[in-house]
Amino acid sequence: MKAFTASLAGLVLAVATAAVPPDAFGAPREERWSDAEKGVLASMLIERLPPAPADESNAFAARADAAALGKRLFADVRLSRDGRVACASCHAADKQFQDDRPLGQGQGTGRRRTMPVAAATHSTWLFWDGRKDSLWSQALGPLEDSLEHGANRVQLVRVLAAHYRRDYEAVFGPLPGLQGLPEQAGPLGDEAQRRAWQAMSGTQRDGVNRAFANLGKSIAAYERTLRHGESRFDRYVRAVLAGTHDAAPALSREEIAGLRLFLGKGQCATCHNGPLLSDQHFHNTGVPARDPARPDRGRAPAIAAVQADEFNCSGRYSDAPPQGCQELRFMALDTAAAEGAFKTPALRNVALRAPYMHAGQIATLEEVVEHYARSPAAPVGHSELAQRGAGHAERPPIRLSAQEQLELVAFLRALSGPIEELPAP
Amino acid sequence: MMFHRFSLTALVALASAVSMTACGTPPKDLDLSLQHASVQQRFVVRMEPPASGPAINQMHAWQVRLNSPDGAPVSQARIAFDGGMPQHGHGFPTQPRVTREIEPGVYALEGVKFSMTGWWDMRLAIQAGGVADTAVFNVIVEPTGVKR
Repeated sequence: MKAFTASLAGLVLAVATAAVPPDAFGAPREERWSDAEKGVLASMLIERLPPAPADESNAFAARADAAALGKRLFADVRLSRDGRVACASCHAADKQFQDDRPLGQGQGTGRRRTMPVAAATHSTWLFWDGRKDSLWSQALGPLEDSLEHGANRVQLVRVLAAHYRRDYEAVFGPLPGLQGLPEQAGPLGDEAQRRAWQAMSGTQRDGVNRAFANLGKSIAAYERTLRHGESRFDRYVRAVLAGTHDAAPALSREEIAGLRLFLGKGQCATCHNGPLLSDQHFHNTGVPARDPARPDRGRAPAIAAVQADEFNCSGRYSDAPPQGCQELRFMALDTAAAEGAFKTPALRNVALRAPYMHAGQIATLEEVVEHYARSPAAPVGHSELAQRGAGHAERPPIRLSAQEQLELVAFLRALSGPIEELPAP
Repeated sequence: MMFHRFSLTALVALASAVSMTACGTPPKDLDLSLQHASVQQRFVVRMEPPASGPAINQMHAWQVRLNSPDGAPVSQARIAFDGGMPQHGHGFPTQPRVTREIEPGVYALEGVKFSMTGWWDMRLAIQAGGVADTAVFNVIVEPTGVKR
């Protein structure tokens, strides 16, 4: 079908450049879509996104009281080493819940680009490398990362006890007793904090871990309420499906041409599909390393990391039943394919959050599209994109003229819409 | 879990035939039958998808019915699974596995997930009673599920 799409696109584009009058049905020819193409377009509509899926590992994910608590925690700078970093410091609500920076900036400069939060609840694997298997477990990572919040578990639970006890206990039950606990302790902290953590009893550590996990579950319940609203692209597709798109087109001719390229010869929809324009999977597309001396291996080492994570779906702080955790049980373990692979980012609002790629290596959308048109070899692992002249028979190289690249960028700019906070259920 | 991709040559040949067109178009003569003999005719294999769907990105299970050429169910087989999208150069987003024998000759293939529409192949490496063979199935996944 895509070959048909592409050849049709080529044909239509060739004709469209001559400014052809509307056909017998009144629709300009560049706006004609086959039934199969309409099916693909419909599958990308924002309303096709199902409600936030249940998270079997987080029994509190859909609770309004947990979400309300999580929203306050998300913005609380006390959950950090120096009292200056909150989740919202990098995931800013007025910036698509990201920070416009190439690399996250907390206590230090991180290794990767801050990811947006809206619709993250639809991801099976979290972070660019998928080293977490739930939104709540993901939320725990930055809190203890020395370059991000730089906090430690016992400190964090002390903040809960001092400022959130009533609301926390209304959702999760009693906080652990803090008497006799060190002020600062955690398995990922500095040397003194690690020693203090080791000196705690197993029961003490378990109590702190559980409250720490609940902190993540509460933040996840809040993040679950953040959704994408409609874009001009959605309005266009609805009109196409209703047969009314010629009246007041929501997309320009250039943007429509870009949409055809997106589905066809640009091969973008190979990975950027569905309502969020992401397959939520990991691919190596040969993105240049930020530091060529230390290329980022992406998904490959994250496979073992998520398996070993004490806060994963099958861990003791998960609420999943013993026979649950199918994603973890059937996780792809092929590290060769995962070498240098990163999660396909969703493209909703992509034009509003430069720079791009997993370490902000590429400054503009024009350069992103140019990267794919060039399809360079990967700095680590193997790019899935066909290389020019490499005789890759299974997949043709991406070939886009300068004009076509501009059209694709124009289309990507039509994917912007509001981020909405749904009322908690 | 990986096994020899005996079908690679055939796939490349098939794919070459369509390489002048854009990716994503399955070969016209693709064998979409879900029941046929294994490559060396040692077994007859039937692949049974769920009754409806599955939706894109929905994890689900298939049943694999394994028979000898004379129709007798083949028990206690070891079946390894591999597959992916031949035209996109990637495998399954999950690692599907045969987890158990539900009844004689009927095996549960769990953890299957299609991350997008299009042509997927499903390859089985079967060992039973000292006999080894492989079987390949092609599936077209549509927005509503497996094309039937």
